[in-house]
Amino acid sequence: MTGQANDAQSVLGACRLGDNADDLYETLLGAHAGLDASASAALNARLVLILMNAVGDEATVRAAIRAARADRVPPAPDDDR
Amino acid sequence: MSRYRHKPFPYTTPPELSGGKPFEAPVVIVGAGPIGLSAAIDLAQHGVASVVLDENNVVTVGSRAICWAKRTLEIFDRLGVGERMREKGVTWQAGRLFHRDREVYHFDLMTEPGHRNPAFINLQQYYVEAYLIDRCADFAGLIDLRWNNRVTGVEQSRDSVRVRVETPDGGYDIEADYLLACDGARSTVRSSVGLDFAGEIFWDRFLIADVEMEADFPSERWFWFEPTFHSGQSALLHKQPDNIYRIDLQLGWDADPGEEKKPENVVPRIQAMFGDRDFKLEWVSLYTFQCRRLERFVHDHVIFLGDSAHLVSPFGARGGNGGIQDVDNLCWKLAAVIDGRAPAALLDSYDEERCHAADENILNSTRATRFMTPDDDAERLFRDAVLALAEDMPFARQLINSGRPSKPCSLAGMALQSDDDEGFDTPVVPGTACPDAVVAEGSRPGWLLDHLGGAFKLLSFGDDPARHDGLGTVCINDLPVDGCTTLRDVDGLVAERYGADPGAAYLIRPDQHVAARFRNPTPQAIGKALARASGKAMEQRS
Ligand SMILES: Cc1cc2nc3c(=O)[nH]c(=O)nc-3n(C[C@H](O)[C@H](O)[C@H](O)COP(=O)(O)OP(=O)(O)OC[C@H]3O[C@@H](n4cnc5c(N)ncnc54)[C@H](O)[C@@H]3O)c2cc1C
Repeated sequence: MTGQANDAQSVLGACRLGDNADDLYETLLGAHAGLDASASAALNARLVLILMNAVGDEATVRAAIRAARADRVPPAPDDDR
Repeated sequence: MSRYRHKPFPYTTPPELSGGKPFEAPVVIVGAGPIGLSAAIDLAQHGVASVVLDENNVVTVGSRAICWAKRTLEIFDRLGVGERMREKGVTWQAGRLFHRDREVYHFDLMTEPGHRNPAFINLQQYYVEAYLIDRCADFAGLIDLRWNNRVTGVEQSRDSVRVRVETPDGGYDIEADYLLACDGARSTVRSSVGLDFAGEIFWDRFLIADVEMEADFPSERWFWFEPTFHSGQSALLHKQPDNIYRIDLQLGWDADPGEEKKPENVVPRIQAMFGDRDFKLEWVSLYTFQCRRLERFVHDHVIFLGDSAHLVSPFGARGGNGGIQDVDNLCWKLAAVIDGRAPAALLDSYDEERCHAADENILNSTRATRFMTPDDDAERLFRDAVLALAEDMPFARQLINSGRPSKPCSLAGMALQSDDDEGFDTPVVPGTACPDAVVAEGSRPGWLLDHLGGAFKLLSFGDDPARHDGLGTVCINDLPVDGCTTLRDVDGLVAERYGADPGAAYLIRPDQHVAARFRNPTPQAIGKALARASGKAMEQRS
C-alpha cells in the first residue's frame, strides 16, 4: 500500500468531529426529516457529491468508497485501487 | 447556397474482367468511406499504389458524421484536403448545456491562439467523402477507385491475400500484399476472417434528423438534459453548412423504429423544439449505439481501420475522428514495410498504438452514454444529483457528461517512443501529437505543422541545429541556416510550446507525433531513437 493511501486510511478512521459529533449527526438526520425514501436518497446523492468534492484528495475518496462498500469490513491492506 | 447533389460515380468494368491492362498495386482497400479514401490518399502520398473497392456508387446518403476534430483537420491538411473542408465547414468551439429550460453551463474548447485549425468543424460526411474522392483523382496512377465492386470473401496465404469481388459484369479475384479493411461497422472482411467483435450495446434509441431551416442559431453545440420540449432524456443541436441543423433526440428503448421514422411522427417533435418556424426534413434515421472493438487490428496481411475495427457511440465524435487517426498512424508504417525500409513487425506498433486509442475512445464514449442513459437506480440517482447541483456548483458542471470531445491520444511509453529527456519542462513528451504554431518561412507566413510529417524529421532549434544523415531538418531560427528548412518563430509560440532552447531537437514521426526529444542531441542518441521509431528495434514477428 502506498504511503498516500495509508494517510487516507488513517484520516478515514480517525475521530475528526470532536465535541460536535452528536450535533452534526442530528443535523444530518434532520435534513432528511419529512422526506420519503426517494427524496432522501436524492439528498444523500447530492451530499455525497458535495463531500467528495470537498475532500478532493483522490486517494482519500477512493479509500472512503472502498470502506463504505466493504460493509464495515476493513479493507485488505493491499486493496489499493 | 449550393447544396450537395448526390450523383452516382461511374462504374467501369475492372481490367480483370475486361482483359485490359492490370493495375499493379500492393494494397487493396475495401470500402470508400472516409477511412478507406483517406488511407488511399495517404498511401499514394508515400508512393504506394492501391485499389479501392466499394460496393456502392455514391457517397453516404445521410450526413452521419458531422463533427471533425482539430487533429483530424491537421491530418486532412497533410492529405491536402484541409483547406476545402475548413472553407465549407461550420467552425465551432463553444457549447451550451441546458437542464430543462435553464442554461447550466457553457464551455469553450479552444482558448489558445496560434493554431491553424479550430477545435471542430461541422461538415456532413457526404462532403468529406466527396472532397476525398476529388483528391484521389490527383493520384491517377496510384489510386484505382472501383465503384459497384463488392467484396464477398477474403483468403490469406503465407505472403499475400486474395479477395473475391462481385461486379455488375460478374466476379473476379484480386491479390495483394496487404488488405485494408475499411468496410465499416458491418465489415464483410471481419466476418470472412471469422473475428469476434466484442463489446457493449446501449439499450436506448436515438432519433437523428437533419433539417433545413433559415435560422440564426450560433455555431455552437447545444445539449439539453430533460428538455421541456421533448419527453425523452436528452436532445442535441448542431449547425451544419447549407442551413442544415442536426438534431438528436433520445427516445428510449421502447420506441418503435419503424413508427418513429415516419415524417408525421418526426415533424411534431421538431416543431416542439423550434415552434412554428419553417423547416424541411432532409434525413431521418433511428440509431442504437454500441461500443465494441476487435481484440487486434492487424491479422497478418489483413489490417482493420475505422468502424470495421472499433465502434463507439457518437457522443464526443470519436468514431470517424478515431478512424482518420488510424489512417495517420498506419499508412507511413505500411509504406515503409512495403518498400522494405522497415520490418513487418513495425505494423505491430499500429496494433499497440491504435488499440490503446480505441480503448480511450470507447471508455469516454461509454461514460458519456451511461450518463445519458443511466443504467439502474443508483446511476440515475447520481446523474440527477449532478444535474441538480450543476447550476450553482462549478464542480458538478465538470461531472456532466454529454460527450468528451475527441482529442488525440497520447502514445507515450509505447514501443516506438524513446524515453523522455528530463531536461524539458513542456508536456510535449514523446508520443504527443505535435502542437501547431505560427511560423514564417522567409517572409511567407505559415504553420509549423505544414513542415512536419510525411517522413521522419528533426525539428532543431538555434543557428547551429542538430542534423542527422538522411533526415530532413526543420530549423527554428531567425536567420536562414544552410541545408535546412528554416522557420522563424514569429510569435515565440514554437519556443513556448516545445520548451526548447537553441541546440535542442525533436525527432518527429511521419504522422506528426514526437518520437524523441533531446536537450543535447548526439548523433548516437538520434540514431538510436530513429531506429527504435522505425521499428528496427522491434522483434520480428514469429
Ligand atoms: C448518426 C451518426 C453520427 C455520427 N457522428 C459522428 C461525428 O460527428 N464525428 C465522427 O467522427 N464520427 C461520427 N459518426 C461515426 C462515423 O460516421 C463513422 O465512424 C465513419 O463513417 C466510419 O468510416 P468508415 O470509412 O470506417 O466506414 P463507413 O463510413 O461505414 O464506410 C464503409 C464503406 O465500405 C463500403 N463497404 C461495406 N461493405 C463492403 C463490401 N463488402 N465490399 C465493398 N465495399 C463495402 C460501404 O459502401 C462504405 O462506403 C457518426 C455516426 C452516426 C451513425
